[in-house]
Amino acid sequence: MEPLKPFSASLVPLPIENIDTDQIIPARYLKVTDKNSLAEGCFTDWRQDPEFVLNNPRYQNGHILVAGHNFGCGSSREHAPWALKAYGFQAVISTYFADIFRNNSLKNGLLPIIVDAETHQALLDLAEEAPEAEVHIDLASQTVTLPNGQKASFPIDPFSKTCLLEGIDELGYLMKQTPEIEAFEASHPPRVQTVLAGR
Amino acid sequence: MPKTLFEKIWDAHVVSHPPNSPAVLYIDLHLIHEVTSPQAFTELRQRGIKARRPLQTIATMDHSTPTTPRGADGLIPVTDAMAVTQLKTLVDNCHEHGIPVFELGTEKQGIVHVIGPELGLTQPGMTIVCGDSHTSTHGAFGALAFGIGTSEVAHVLATQTLLQNKPKTYEIRVDGQLQEGVTAKDIILAVIANIGIGGGTGHVFEYTGRAIRSLSMEARMTICNMSIEGGARAGLIAPDETTFNYIQGRPHAPQGADWDKAVAYWRTLPSDEGATYDKQLILDANTLAPMITYGTNPGMGMSITERVPDPKHVSDNSQKMALDKALAYMDLQPGQPLLGHKVDVVFIGSCTNSRISDLRLAAQMIKGHRVAEGVRMLVVPGSQTVKRQAEAEGLHKVFMEAGAEWREAGCSMCIAMNGDQLQPGQYAVSTSNRNFEGRQGRGGRTFLASPLTAVASAINGVVTDPRTMVAERAFEVAPV
Repeated sequence: MEPLKPFSASLVPLPIENIDTDQIIPARYLKVTDKNSLAEGCFTDWRQDPEFVLNNPRYQNGHILVAGHNFGCGSSREHAPWALKAYGFQAVISTYFADIFRNNSLKNGLLPIIVDAETHQALLDLAEEAPEAEVHIDLASQTVTLPNGQKASFPIDPFSKTCLLEGIDELGYLMKQTPEIEAFEASHPPRVQTVLAGR
Repeated sequence: MPKTLFEKIWDAHVVSHPPNSPAVLYIDLHLIHEVTSPQAFTELRQRGIKARRPLQTIATMDHSTPTTPRGADGLIPVTDAMAVTQLKTLVDNCHEHGIPVFELGTEKQGIVHVIGPELGLTQPGMTIVCGDSHTSTHGAFGALAFGIGTSEVAHVLATQTLLQNKPKTYEIRVDGQLQEGVTAKDIILAVIANIGIGGGTGHVFEYTGRAIRSLSMEARMTICNMSIEGGARAGLIAPDETTFNYIQGRPHAPQGADWDKAVAYWRTLPSDEGATYDKQLILDANTLAPMITYGTNPGMGMSITERVPDPKHVSDNSQKMALDKALAYMDLQPGQPLLGHKVDVVFIGSCTNSRISDLRLAAQMIKGHRVAEGVRMLVVPGSQTVKRQAEAEGLHKVFMEAGAEWREAGCSMCIAMNGDQLQPGQYAVSTSNRNFEGRQGRGGRTFLASPLTAVASAINGVVTDPRTMVAERAFEVAPV
């Protein structure tokens, strides 16, 4: 994974709560066996509505989605962050995220940024008043900076932060735990085997 | 210090916990299926890694598989080219890594969360994961079971572990006793309506209380299944005699001396006296009515006799927008009752309600009636094992004589990626778990409810309170 550098981008406001992963990428797009062909399916059913924000020319250059709370709830499909990334989003900002979506996003360099309700509203107002305005995201200092200089900090667990900043992939990290895993397995026989020997 | 059920399982599975990083948690059982695994195997292949514990892994086919009746050759025809590729990819990947796979239409194939328990693979005290959010189902046995993404599927295949931050705990206590016509499905829909679809975020549920203890294993699975619809990745119920009786004698259950040893361990798992939870909700089963959803997430639910809420009475702007959007999508008016609303399709199935006890209940309800003119009713057993059992009991004949379709096993119209789907504008009463926009087919509208409510609605062609029908029928269904 590429290290995540600080970046500036403009916003796309989508202030609806509980947007589920079926909307982000409908199930009929899940028959793929790769990760790269999902941009077309991203919010595809909502994009049928000409009024939908992704069809609004004012937001064509937006790369940060500002969504209502509990974004990414429902299905565990990692196709959701894959689709958002393929569509061009670099981050999603909300007041909180569904657990599985948040985990999946962190593993794909799509930054889930949690802000307080006041900052959330300020960002939505900014997107409404000045769609071209860019906010600056700096993971190292865990801050979102608005064009007027207003800064808001966001939480992230130290491990995910290090992984994103240094481009460390979790699987590589886990593979290095092999001695500990072997020790655990030596003292914990399998609780169940999916093939029955000698029965 | 007294521990909860969750904390006991967690502590027993921590492989290591390096500073400033999540715990490395050991996974006892990994369930995989065709939709969320291919990219994980690609990841392993690119790194030259083999599955670490192929025999702690099991694969089945369920999401993209057709449920149409078998052809003259006895096989289930798959006509969608992408599904064909996806299913073949699963078989190839499993063969390459030595993972057992239940192929379409074979003896043990079925929905991943139905087959684990019925084979006795799901046992108390285990950690179980799957690239599917309804993995919470297995929590009914007092196992810590949760859904993961595809990157994590690769992590488990490669290392049999996951990096996990410890979630908080949330007790959901359901006191009292369910009234006639009210089921486990109504309990969980009431819980979610109460706390909202994000209410359990960051938490693991533990369901406690008399109403939970008196439920059968299959009813407990219905409850735990929908924990994710309340935002919790996992939901647990302490193991007890009901649990042990269900497991004993199943193909993968411990035998002989191993059985006694296992049960002795399982008895140590329930939360200790004095253990505390980070949050708590208390409901009274005596006051619960059959539940139904009116909106586009499972938290938008109400008692079946209530009326659709009015967005005007919602103060929070984002909540109001979501409700406005939901009612527009559902084409419902504020203040409108759902009782008597027309129904086009009734779906009995999914990992929530497709087990033998669900089918027995549905069959008993529909026996002697007919599906209303113009209504399509699908009955989709959760597994080939459930299907065989139902057919041995003659349930399939009851359904077909009533005018319902009897299908092959799979996820079917719950996720609608296999051709079983609603047409735009149609209304369905579904026993599945999600009523999201387009979930059951683009433009389709879903009312989530119990199997009893679904069948009552199929008979009348309109949303029906099952209590008006169960009273006249002598219900005698053996618990499972």
